[in-house]
Amino acid sequence: MSVAEYFELLFTDYTLRTITLGTAVLGAICGMLGSFAVLRKQSLLGDAISHAALPGIALAFLITGAKDTNILLLGALVSGLVGTFWIRGMTSKTHLKSDTALGLILSLFFGFGMLLLTFIQKQPNANQAGLDKYLFGQAATLVEEDVRLMLIVTGISLSILLLFWKEFKILLFDEDYTKTLGFNTRFIDILITFFIVLAIVLGLQTVGVVLMSAMLLAPAAAARQWTNSLGVMIVLASIFGAFSGVFGTAISASQNNLSTGPVIVLVAAVFVVFSFIFSPGRGLLFREIRFRKNRRDLKLKKTLQFMYGIVKDHENISHPHAIRILNNFQGFTKKSLQRLEDKEWITLTGQQWAMTERGFEEAKNLYSQQRKDD
Amino acid sequence: MKNKFAVQVDDLTVAYNYKPVLWDIDLAVPEGVLMAIVGPNGAGKSTLIKSVLGIIKPIAGSVAIYGKPYNKQRKLVAYVPQKGSVDWDFPTTAIDVVMMGTYGSLGWIKRPGQKEKKAALEALEKVGMLAFKNRQISQLSGGQQQRVFLARALVQNASIYFMDEPFQGVDATTEIAIINILKELRKAGKTLVVVHHDLQTVPEYFDWVTFLNVKKIATGPVKEIFNDDNLTKTYGINYKVAINK
Repeated sequence: MSVAEYFELLFTDYTLRTITLGTAVLGAICGMLGSFAVLRKQSLLGDAISHAALPGIALAFLITGAKDTNILLLGALVSGLVGTFWIRGMTSKTHLKSDTALGLILSLFFGFGMLLLTFIQKQPNANQAGLDKYLFGQAATLVEEDVRLMLIVTGISLSILLLFWKEFKILLFDEDYTKTLGFNTRFIDILITFFIVLAIVLGLQTVGVVLMSAMLLAPAAAARQWTNSLGVMIVLASIFGAFSGVFGTAISASQNNLSTGPVIVLVAAVFVVFSFIFSPGRGLLFREIRFRKNRRDLKLKKTLQFMYGIVKDHENISHPHAIRILNNFQGFTKKSLQRLEDKEWITLTGQQWAMTERGFEEAKNLYSQQRKDD
Repeated sequence: MKNKFAVQVDDLTVAYNYKPVLWDIDLAVPEGVLMAIVGPNGAGKSTLIKSVLGIIKPIAGSVAIYGKPYNKQRKLVAYVPQKGSVDWDFPTTAIDVVMMGTYGSLGWIKRPGQKEKKAALEALEKVGMLAFKNRQISQLSGGQQQRVFLARALVQNASIYFMDEPFQGVDATTEIAIINILKELRKAGKTLVVVHHDLQTVPEYFDWVTFLNVKKIATGPVKEIFNDDNLTKTYGINYKVAINK
């Protein structure tokens, strides 16, 4: 099945529709909440939380003996939250920096989770197979019930976001100031963190423990490149996330069920790379173009100023001069003289140049103009 | 008699980890003064302000704003944090930041409306930043960012202003603009407490001063206590400063 066929089948095949809707919703909620993680400079928190969720999945299976998705995810939620609060506790109660705490919790929980997984696999229980899909995700296992849960959680977090928009925004920008205004910053903080944990847990089945954090960060990082407004950034991040989810799933499902997580993350990475290069305000390409254009303009103006120095004492400012006399000024080339003529600042005839009225005015105002641009 | 003071701090002691940052501070700020807090790096100047505002929890001691605890008097107090304490690459505009000053009086959930926007525009005009209202904050110069922070505090329409180094990293034009606004506020009967680094300008800008170095060295009118003796006690031995009279 090719990707194109996949999208054709989308309209007729119920399972495909469920899976696609699921990954779209997942991408959207991750993009939305990931924006908060990125702006709070807590990018690594998502990575720690998703890894911390693994032992929860394994323990939930060991205790119940069943592979019911909801129970496994509940286990993931509990151990994800425990991991998060341990990280917070470690940073506030000890001298450890947050990156150390994150790294410790991430590897400890993940190690413990892997231990439990291998232990489970050695058990003589036919039911155990397939838990390892939580490592890299398998979108094909999504059923309608999962998607419904995702939709409910997305709806709730969207309403919370809209309700506490002002509080979230000010906390993200200036936490101390928020405190002085009388807002309970701890409450807002826990609210944000809780929903980030929830989004991560929801994504484990599709994207997997190992790569879940990229799902949070990549759409947000890409969206930041295109806008200077928090609202637009969050909307864009949701859209990028949704598209990454849909395309990633389409590719992975059409290529003999590749693990979905890596494919979705690679698609999201394409968004990031594209945004870093091509976004108009912050993108590398346009920055380079602006930089070169600026330099070129400055060079031209420098040449014009030099010419101005020559002609300003003449009675007739348009009296022609030999190009030769510009030789002790390094900044000009044939091309730049041509450009000056294109701007109608000078006229060129043979080996001579003459300044126009317009060029004279331009050169005279050069200094005061630069002042204005500051 | 307590109510005569805008801010009253009693026995305030603050410590991060083991070392005390502030030790047994008693301080009373009379209403209507423009006060500088001076002291060397690590003297606890910012910490003092943050403890008064409830950002940092002290180990001991109490703070009163017009005789009542801070959390009952929030609306009387405005705060200008150090410019470097926030990420200026945050996706928002100058007017948006100023509007944050109205969030406190709005309370939870309620959104700012026309009234708040008008107040924000007025504040931007006062600090000479109206032309930059829709500018992304990362594209403002350091001095302009400081003015935006000042405007955000002005919007709070408070009686007492706490400012943490409002002159740090600004050019002469901005410094003069800011001090003029501070002096205007004092004329309007407001009380201002300003962490300040430049000792040369203390006599010119302020009428009240507190010397701080973990302990409070002295507090009072600049004319009476801004002298070599107190400077030496605060900054160490043999500290001389030229005071332009």
